[in-house]
Parts: sequence; structure tokens; C-alpha cells
Amino acid sequence: MKSEHLYNYILGIADNSLILGQRLGELCGHGPSLETDIAGTNISLDLIGQTRSYYQYAAKISGENKTEDDIAFLRLERHYKNVLLVEQPNTHFGYVIGRQYLFDVFHLLLLKELQSSKDETLAAIAKKGIKEVSYHKRFSGDWVKRLGDGTPQSAAKMQEAIHDLWPYTQELFDMTDADTAMALEGVGVDVSKLKKAYYKEVTDLFELATLEVPQSTYFSRGGKKGVHSEHMGYLLADLQYMQRTYPNMQW
Amino acid sequence: MAVTQVSIDTHLLPILEQVSDPEIPVLTVLDLGVIREAKEKDGTVYVKLTPTYSGCPAMDVIGDDLKIAFAPLGKKVMVELVLAPAWSTDWISESGLQKMEAYGIARPLSESADKDVLLAGAKKVICPQCKSTDTHLVSQFGSTACKALFKCEACLEPFDYFKCLK
Repeated sequence: MKSEHLYNYILGIADNSLILGQRLGELCGHGPSLETDIAGTNISLDLIGQTRSYYQYAAKISGENKTEDDIAFLRLERHYKNVLLVEQPNTHFGYVIGRQYLFDVFHLLLLKELQSSKDETLAAIAKKGIKEVSYHKRFSGDWVKRLGDGTPQSAAKMQEAIHDLWPYTQELFDMTDADTAMALEGVGVDVSKLKKAYYKEVTDLFELATLEVPQSTYFSRGGKKGVHSEHMGYLLADLQYMQRTYPNMQW
Repeated sequence: MAVTQVSIDTHLLPILEQVSDPEIPVLTVLDLGVIREAKEKDGTVYVKLTPTYSGCPAMDVIGDDLKIAFAPLGKKVMVELVLAPAWSTDWISESGLQKMEAYGIARPLSESADKDVLLAGAKKVICPQCKSTDTHLVSQFGSTACKALFKCEACLEPFDYFKCLK
């Protein structure tokens, strides 16, 4: 039972990186400028690299004859544990940046705690990831400021994105059964404790960016339990296409 | 971060020196400091490899290149990826840094200087073409995960800067 919790815990973290990595990958060749196009795919590469380390570890402890590819490509929608935030579409650049920043702040807080995990593999992946994710947050935070404190049009678009993405933020701090079990053992992170620091950091930056902090009282949740938004199926159709069409194919 | 001990069987060094980074071909895997351990046992070479960035696609290629390099000697290669301690630009050798500069990539500065140039726009990165420091950041992300894109105002050439990672 212990390893089942650990397996689910690893997937809970890794699926966020995979799905956000996939979303950013969609920008390849479609970014608004060459630099942001390259940035999006670079961040995607980091996230998918981290995902591979997590999935390789999960495959090892699964006790079945699984590979990282099986975990990435051959699950059904209900078995993906990512939060709703990361599967939201690239509506426009404001959404890409808003989604990225709202996730990066959480991601960095999470990894900073995870690096002191009693589980050596998770601690090592976290330590490696901190260096990369700090850079992501620098990029997304800079753009939130630039767009928010930019022209009336860029400010309006950034505000729109923040407003629409805000209701997905609280799910980040929900504890699943695997989260609770792993936090008790000193392996996992109690994400509910990161909430205060998260909202402080995010609202401070929004103020700098002259953006209004959304006052929404409604928050969507469900991704962590496998209940995803309408966007997820389309994303998975893209992600899984090759493995579903040519099972076990290799590059 | 302290540089951790590297443990490589000396007779393997000449072969390892022939394996280069696929993205920066002037650098060997030894220059780059990604090989943390290489030991031979019963005709198999066991290599511990530390990735520069989690998603760096060069790592898979380096693994394959190591196998190819040792194949003519009838030796098998087993590569193990080691994540901790995490790779740092401090592990690049001085000769590696010089080769990198000659190749047209500006060498990583210190961590605090890196923050200055990537955030505050301070002019500290030296153009590898004309050695001017009148350079500015064009993009925090460059052609690979490990580089940022700069432009020199003196010679007007764009160039890559190897980001400091500690």
C-alpha cells in the first residue's frame, strides 16, 4: 500500500509537468515572436525532462513491467492527475504567460520543500528542477509585469487571462490521499501549507504589474482526482496519437 | 557548490576524450564535466553521467556515442544517469571554457553577475567575437536549454551566452 501511495504521489507531481510541457510544445513554431517561441519550447523541454525522471522512477517502483512511455502515453484521461490549471488552452499570449506564472510560483515553492524529502530520488529531481524552474518564473514573472504595466491593450489582455485562470489556482493546494500519506512519512510535501506564501507572492507581483487581483469566490477543482476540463481530451488526442496508432513504436 | 570528486579509470580517458557534446562539438564530455565516474569491469565500462538540464536531448546522444566509441575495442558500455549532486557550470574545465569562447559562445559568469545580466541588463558579458562588453540580452532562452541569446553593440554580431548554473 505504501508504494501505491508513493506511485500516485509521483504521478501527481509529474503529470502537471507533462501536461504543461505539452501545452507549451504546441507553441513550437507558433509563438508570437521568435524569442518567446524559443522560450516556450525551452521551458517545455525542461518540464518534460523532469517528467521523464519522475516517470522512470514511478515505472521502477510500479512492480509491473512498465516504462516511462507507458505512463506518459497509455493512460486514460481519468487516470491523469494534473491540476486543471495546466491543461487550459493557449488562448492568447496573455493566457500562456498567466498560466505559466501561476504555475511557476507554486512549482518553485513545491520543489523547495521536496528537496528535503526523505526519498532520495525525489529530493534529487527536486534539487535539479529548482534551478530550471527559478528561470521559468523569472521569465513568466517578467512578462506579467511587462504586459500588465504595458499598453492599454496588453494590460487588458493580461488582466483578462489572470481573471479567467484565477479560479484554477486553489486546486493546487488540495491534498489527495497520496499527498497526505506521503507528507506524513516525510516523503511528500504538505501543499496546503504553501497557500499563504503563494497568494502573497502572486498578489505582490500583480500589484507591481498594475493588475487587479481577481476577487473570485468560485474555484474549479477536479483534475487531481482525474475529473478534467473539456480541453483535456483534445490535448491527450494529440499527445497519445502516435502510441495509439502504432503501439510500442520507438523513435 | 563544491566540485565533487570525479573518478575515472585513467586508461579510459583517451577514448572518453573522443566523445564530444553533440550541441557544442568543440567540447568533449570531459571538458563539460558530465562524466562523474567511469570504471571498467569484465569488459564493460560503467559510466555515471550527470545531465546538464533535465530535458537535455544531448544526454541520450552522448550515451549512444559512448557505446559507439568503445565498440571497436570490444567493450560494452552501461550508462547510468545520476541527478545528485546536480550539474553546475563550475564543472566545465578551464580548457573547455577557452574552447567554448573560441567557438563563439560567451563563458558563464558568476551567479550574481548572471542575475545582473539576465535581469537588470548590466553589461558584463564579453562578446566572443570582438571582446567588447557593450552587449545586451536579446532572449533569456537560446538555441539550447543551456544558453541565452545576446547581441554585441560594437560588432553587431549576435552570439550565445552559456548561462551560469549553480
